[in-house]
Amino acid sequence: MSASEDIWILGIHMTKFGKHPTLDSVDLGAEAIIGALADGGVTMADMGILAAGNLMGSGGIGQQLQKQVGQTGIPVYNVSNACATGATALRTAIMAIRAGECDMGLAVGVEKLAGAGLLGGGGKPKSDEKVWDPSGRYGAVANPDGRIGTNTMPGVFAQIGMEYGHKYGGATFELFARISEKNHAHSTLNPLAAYSKAMTLEQIMGDMMIAYPNTRSMCSANCDGAAAAVVVSGEKLRTLSKEQQRRAVKVSASILTTDPWEEACQILPNVNTLTKNAATQAYEKAGGGPADLDLVEWHDCFATAELVHYDNLGLCEEGGAVEFFESGATWRTGLLPVNVSGGLESKGHPIAATGIANIWEICQHLRDECGDRQIEGAKVGLAHVIGLGSSCGVHILEKSGL
Amino acid sequence: MNQVPLVDYLVLGNQPHLAVNRCTSCGANFFDRRNACAACFGTSFEKADVPTGGVLTAFTIVTFAAPGIDVPFVAGVVDCGGISVRANVINTPPDPEHVSLGMKVRLATYSLGLDDQGTEAVGFGFEPA
Repeated sequence: MSASEDIWILGIHMTKFGKHPTLDSVDLGAEAIIGALADGGVTMADMGILAAGNLMGSGGIGQQLQKQVGQTGIPVYNVSNACATGATALRTAIMAIRAGECDMGLAVGVEKLAGAGLLGGGGKPKSDEKVWDPSGRYGAVANPDGRIGTNTMPGVFAQIGMEYGHKYGGATFELFARISEKNHAHSTLNPLAAYSKAMTLEQIMGDMMIAYPNTRSMCSANCDGAAAAVVVSGEKLRTLSKEQQRRAVKVSASILTTDPWEEACQILPNVNTLTKNAATQAYEKAGGGPADLDLVEWHDCFATAELVHYDNLGLCEEGGAVEFFESGATWRTGLLPVNVSGGLESKGHPIAATGIANIWEICQHLRDECGDRQIEGAKVGLAHVIGLGSSCGVHILEKSGL
Repeated sequence: MNQVPLVDYLVLGNQPHLAVNRCTSCGANFFDRRNACAACFGTSFEKADVPTGGVLTAFTIVTFAAPGIDVPFVAGVVDCGGISVRANVINTPPDPEHVSLGMKVRLATYSLGLDDQGTEAVGFGFEPA
């Protein structure tokens, strides 16, 4: 085997996102794996690597899954990279193929998150004790969360959207709510979404406030779910059936970045620079640009987060995200549909599954297998995730020309 | 009365202020205990005072938080002469009518109460200037 630059997705599957009270992480992950293998027309015997992502579990999900779907002795990489976990798992399998270690690999991401409630913040059991005793890297005598800013995800991402508004203007509560309105409208066509009900602007703005300007319906939905993908080298793909070649989706770029140090990046997470860097690298690798994209799935973990990425992924001029959204371009009927799956706000966000589920959505469109929500003639798509802390995964995918 | 700051980068006294660990090689500022500089990898730091006045560049009004945390409160980022500071906005009603992007704010301290040994913990936030 030789190192291969030419990587394809051969099979891919996502479970229904939502509440699965009778299924555990292994059940969901196994369903995704068995589905992806069947979709690709291959078995565990063909896999040379398994990369498995699971953030909130107890560890070792890859081996637990092998014990259910097939123990073949291949290397397992258990991956944890915040909300970029799924994308990182996929990229791990891609790197193994690129390195020439194998010609086919499997990536899976699974999470049980239904009913998890608010993520981030609190955590330390250290309530205000009777002796003020400094501890930790800030020498804090009491929990800083809530006293020195907030660690809650809705609050952190609210500030990220508001910061954009401070720099460029126009980012109002209503604007963020209208982004959410779009994604909830899109979700009505997605049977795998956790929530698939349209919501009016009034319902969204009148919903329970979590962290201004994010109301509950502007926050990603904690839910259960899994997604898995089989990746294959181009050389191997060309030995498979014509049907497998036709349905395969080309991975034109697979990029992972973290924050380069900048002033303030350790104060409020900067999700912008690493996304811009990932997008620049991805467009260069794929030999194209934003104008070539037919649809995008990205990390709208909160409505306030979707706004900044219009800019970060180069879909508009710097500072032009508000105007770009207001043009209607990002609705499914617009010039460049964003989150036609309903996005994390309605499809749901089972953390480790998200990075592969976004890619599943793009693949369905590129294969012309997306039913009612098919974006007609889609040839190129981009999937993006952000794991706070931070990591950014960007994949550019292309319809097969084989 | 003995006082301790909520965090070690809050300097108490007649003129309470914040102090950063500044990299002596590249000038990058950090609030936490350092092993090395994230910008230039240097390992030498000096203390530097942060201006007590600034501008609010981002905020959220948290109405839903972890158990034990009083809500609502305003969390934000204050640009103090080029040094970004994470803090709550205090001494003003926590609503969008009283808190706005670009508003001028200044450092203010408040008591977190006494412990069993009679020591008072002092926290900080920024109030409208």
